[in-house]
Amino acid sequence: MAKRDYSLLGPDGQRAVETGLAAAEWYHTEVPRKEMKALMQRSDQPAIRDTILLYGAMILLCGAGIALWPSWWSAPFWLAYGVLYGSASDSRWHECGHGTAFKTPWMNNAVYEIASFMIMRNSATWRWSHARHHTDTYIVGRDPEIAVMRPPAFAKLVLGFFGLPDAASYLPRMLYNAFIGLTPEEKTYVPQSEWPKVVRVARISTAIYAAVIALSLWMHSLLPLMVIGLPRLYGAWHHVMTGLLQHGGLADNVIDHRLNSRTVYMNPVSRFIYWNMNYHVEHHMFPMVPYHALPRLHEAIRHDLPAPCPSIPAAVAEMWPALKRQLAYEDYFLKRDLPATARPYREDFHAAALGHPLPAAE
Amino acid sequence: MADWIYACETGDIDEEDLIRFDHAGATYAIYHSPEGKFYATAGKCTHEDVHLADGLVMDHLIECPKHNGQFDYRTGEAKRAPVCVHLKTYPVKVEGSRVFIQVA
Repeated sequence: MAKRDYSLLGPDGQRAVETGLAAAEWYHTEVPRKEMKALMQRSDQPAIRDTILLYGAMILLCGAGIALWPSWWSAPFWLAYGVLYGSASDSRWHECGHGTAFKTPWMNNAVYEIASFMIMRNSATWRWSHARHHTDTYIVGRDPEIAVMRPPAFAKLVLGFFGLPDAASYLPRMLYNAFIGLTPEEKTYVPQSEWPKVVRVARISTAIYAAVIALSLWMHSLLPLMVIGLPRLYGAWHHVMTGLLQHGGLADNVIDHRLNSRTVYMNPVSRFIYWNMNYHVEHHMFPMVPYHALPRLHEAIRHDLPAPCPSIPAAVAEMWPALKRQLAYEDYFLKRDLPATARPYREDFHAAALGHPLPAAE
Repeated sequence: MADWIYACETGDIDEEDLIRFDHAGATYAIYHSPEGKFYATAGKCTHEDVHLADGLVMDHLIECPKHNGQFDYRTGEAKRAPVCVHLKTYPVKVEGSRVFIQVA
């Protein structure tokens, strides 16, 4: 295959549209309607509990950090606060963006706006970007949320653990959106009716960051930025780690989430931070199922999925060598075996959409 | 005036649920509301080519299974992003236990 062009305005995206790979009908495991209806049911209770826990813990940790500032004894509190600010906000942004976390719409919207600000994403733009990610998951030239492009840029991956590429991308874009408007790429997936909202959100974010920076300068202290802004950097590592595991080293340009997404069993703390998005095949296959029902969905369809990775270290151990191989051979990807109870992969379907056979995988 | 087309039996759809109905090359969604009324809309989301029949009915909303966009199935009004374009609705009548929709 020719070198991949991840631009949303490039030839790969155009080809995906022409071949039917874009906006295709994806494989789904069959689940009886009554069972799926029960899994899709919404509830406010789990998300209210988790939100109180999250914001309560953030207030306590941040308060301790401020009280002990500038002593190094404040460091553990900042590190914990940072993970909740810079990583848990990613999953809250995600789940509330889907509108599945809470049953009550205004609760989803409120947490979505707060989380979007914390994770440095324009809440208006990213709602549409994520819709495209679900339509065309890891379709090159169509999906704007491909975390690991091929060949992998390892320096960027490492810097990502400190939030630097995201911040370096977000801040100029925030200013561009606030003062000029949407970029040409954003205009490909954000409907025109939403453009004023993108600009409004960018202006509000710009005003908040300007106020925090002004306060820091006035106080001659980093402290305000330790509370707002910098935690997106020093607490990013957890969401980057879990985010890489979602699709890293797996197939692209396929229309079966079993081939391009990864489910990983995680410890309870990581699952709280990640809001059960470790059940990632399940989430992509059935995005209407709320985070709190994903373990039940997993049990219902696991017979049709590759075996989940048993832990985060096991998932990293599976992914990392694949990424390294992609440095030399871009077309390489991991193809996990399916259990005997599963319906087989339909490689011929993807190949037909691409217009040529899939590359050999190991 | 378009004909009334027999779509299903009232008992075919649980309350607060929907089914897919295909007719003459087109696909529709038939709804059974919580108060026992029946409604019909186009069968696919206006955002992308996705059947609404796999979605979730909550009161008078149908949520698309792909991107969680929502419509009021009584009026077709788009209620939640990413859907922006309203859903076409169709008249429904019930005769005994038989549900008919009027398609243009």
